[in-house]
Amino acid sequence: MQTQEKEKQTETRHMLLNVGPSHPAMHGVIRFIFELDGETIVSADTEIGYLHRGFEKMCEVGPYNQAIPYTDRLNYVSPLINNFAYCLAVEKLMGLKVTERCQYIRVIMSEISRVTDHLTCIGATAMELGAFTAFLYMMKAREFLYELVEQVTGARLTVSYGRVGGVKADLPEGFADQTRQVLKEVRKVLKEVDKLLSRNRIFVDRVKGVGVISKEDAIAYGITGPFLRSTGVNYDVRKAQPYLIYDRLKFEIPLGTNGDNLDRYYVRMEEMEQSMIMIEQALDQIPPGVVRIHEQGEPMVAAQMVDEAKMGRIAGIAQRNVLLDPTLQGSTKGFHEKVNVEDKKTVLPPKEATYGNIEGLMNHFKWVMFGHGIRPPKGEVYFPVEGANGELGFYIVSDGTERPYRVRVRPPCFPIMAAIGKVLEGGMMADVVPTFGSVNMIAGELDR
Amino acid sequence: MYFDIIIKIILTGVVLGGALNLAGLLTWVERKQSAVMQDRIGANRASLFGLRILGLFHPLADMLKLILKEDFTPRYAHKILHALAPFVSVFFALIAFAAIPIGNDFAWRGHAIHLQVAHINVGLLYILSVMSMGVYGVVLAGFASNNNYSFLGGLRASSQMISYEITMGVSIMGIVMMDGSLNLQNIVQAQGQYWHHLPLWGIFLQPVSFFLFLTAAMAETKRTPFDLPEGESEIIGYFVEYSGMKFGMFFLTDFLETVLASALLTTLFLGGWQIPYLFHDGFHFPWGTVWIMAQPWVILLGVIAFSIKVIFFCWFLMMIRWTLPRFRYDQLMRLGWKIMLPISLINILVTGLVMVLL
Repeated sequence: MQTQEKEKQTETRHMLLNVGPSHPAMHGVIRFIFELDGETIVSADTEIGYLHRGFEKMCEVGPYNQAIPYTDRLNYVSPLINNFAYCLAVEKLMGLKVTERCQYIRVIMSEISRVTDHLTCIGATAMELGAFTAFLYMMKAREFLYELVEQVTGARLTVSYGRVGGVKADLPEGFADQTRQVLKEVRKVLKEVDKLLSRNRIFVDRVKGVGVISKEDAIAYGITGPFLRSTGVNYDVRKAQPYLIYDRLKFEIPLGTNGDNLDRYYVRMEEMEQSMIMIEQALDQIPPGVVRIHEQGEPMVAAQMVDEAKMGRIAGIAQRNVLLDPTLQGSTKGFHEKVNVEDKKTVLPPKEATYGNIEGLMNHFKWVMFGHGIRPPKGEVYFPVEGANGELGFYIVSDGTERPYRVRVRPPCFPIMAAIGKVLEGGMMADVVPTFGSVNMIAGELDR
Repeated sequence: MYFDIIIKIILTGVVLGGALNLAGLLTWVERKQSAVMQDRIGANRASLFGLRILGLFHPLADMLKLILKEDFTPRYAHKILHALAPFVSVFFALIAFAAIPIGNDFAWRGHAIHLQVAHINVGLLYILSVMSMGVYGVVLAGFASNNNYSFLGGLRASSQMISYEITMGVSIMGIVMMDGSLNLQNIVQAQGQYWHHLPLWGIFLQPVSFFLFLTAAMAETKRTPFDLPEGESEIIGYFVEYSGMKFGMFFLTDFLETVLASALLTTLFLGGWQIPYLFHDGFHFPWGTVWIMAQPWVILLGVIAFSIKVIFFCWFLMMIRWTLPRFRYDQLMRLGWKIMLPISLINILVTGLVMVLL
């Protein structure tokens, strides 16, 4: 009787804490339900799907090329990698091989995106630990890279730069020098942040031995990318099954040992350096762009060219350049020649061809008109690339029409988010945020 | 009698106004300093008649905004305690300033004037006790809001503040032992002595105690790296259910406590209103130069020196706040109980031994 009473007095209850989706660290798109014993997490439940927009279904209703803007919104921190992954999958389906220069451009832009992604991830993790200054330094470095991306693609976030059979436009003039300059700046910032974080006792204490996942668990859950490599598993799509021209570049894959937050931080830091080395190598190796030997005379105003061509006065028009509205920058001959495949059915012709001759005009409309467009043969294909967070794969089924029968994305975040509850359990409430930050969960690709 | 009361009222006004204005100004300093540290421009939008002066009107604009905002009380909160908490918080932060001497004592027309609102001989004890009362505001806010997040914040705040209260009290015992007084004015006056022309400030006599007290004071102000009760990215904080000026009061309390910590650090370790080589009749430099000054100027210089030192510490605390990440709960407790408390106890022991032996 007495012991019963005593038990009643000392009875404790676990607290149920609902974190998110309206919680500053949950990006508004994730919900955790924790059972807390004081500050310790007894059990964790993850709920995803707050940003589900039906990406895969949307891809089925439009032509192949119209899915590219949707892929921007998958991992919106490194949209270029998604663009290229989708294009590579469709190209594999069609048996296309893009030009040498285009492959190099894709690699350079992918690696720039990877750096921006890792910068965001580490910056956000540091911010969530209270080191706001490190975060803003990282954002500064990212800004330099975004300016490069903006110059090439015309947008910072919604780039839509990839095309099946090429890219939207060739690189702008002076891109190589500028990139080298930017990389120098980024390295400077990274060194600064490294000083602020790597040797900071508080930061190291906060991330060391926290959010540990074992090698076996990581493989069992199907985790890829920095999260897997931090446990010591050497798997990187760029090395395991090289695509584009990754086999021509010399780079190392940084590996961790413990699979904790600190290792993930180091892996990402080192991967940024490796990416920058890759960009520099690719810039050295890239074949030259267009040499303007065909051009004759002053550029012609677009409307005038259309009129001349309509009248049949086409003598010498094929050699002229067209003067376009700034919004159409990059759609002239010079920007198309070296980066697009020869196959006229696959890529949009340059504006000179569209305005200046009837074949070009027909190609243009065959490419853009509803019910036309590219038609890959019947079949199915899976193409993985190394996204910033891990293996990003596109599985496409074609029924021979101009629209994909089925598109499925293998998002790198999804397996990690499946495992995150297990990683968090037994930890402290305060460790949720940095661990979650080290996942670099991007809801766009997680929920699709 | 009336004269004394009038003097006290004026002094209270000066100290209260000084503390509140400095705390208000710190909101601007925080934004601007963090901006400078982070390669940003910072607050510069608020303008009055087209004047912007580096965004100095932002504290005014912030205050106006907070006052005009809806004051929201959650449905299941304890109405009275919920409303009381911010007042408790800000009240204890404000009255702690009473015991801090802002200048030397002097006589004027036969009246002894103490530049200290409450001339009490246990000033240090008074400040420590009032500062520990401040935790009630936070705990009440956390518990009365009836919100899991603020509850966690309140729990963290109470354990953190109680733990560091002890270190804070123990760490300054060395100073108290050396001066044999708890009166802050005496402690400051004792720091006017010299050892071979080196002013015997607390920071030189008790360096260990200085760092311990600095850390504990930072923990008391509840700002990064000790902002666990707030932890904006994990549990948002004990004030998550507050809006408008009630939230503003918690915000103000943080800054007031920063000013208070700076004032205490100045008083105990940086010689308070003392200026090196300034005696009651003017400067006597070690190389023999002498500048004779009238007494009012000496007193005024002292007050100015005190203010500058306080502002220096405010800046210093702010710099730390924008550099370091946040501790975790268990690390914080370990630091407080297993590292800082033993060191401060050893410090007392060493101080005692040295005092006995010398």
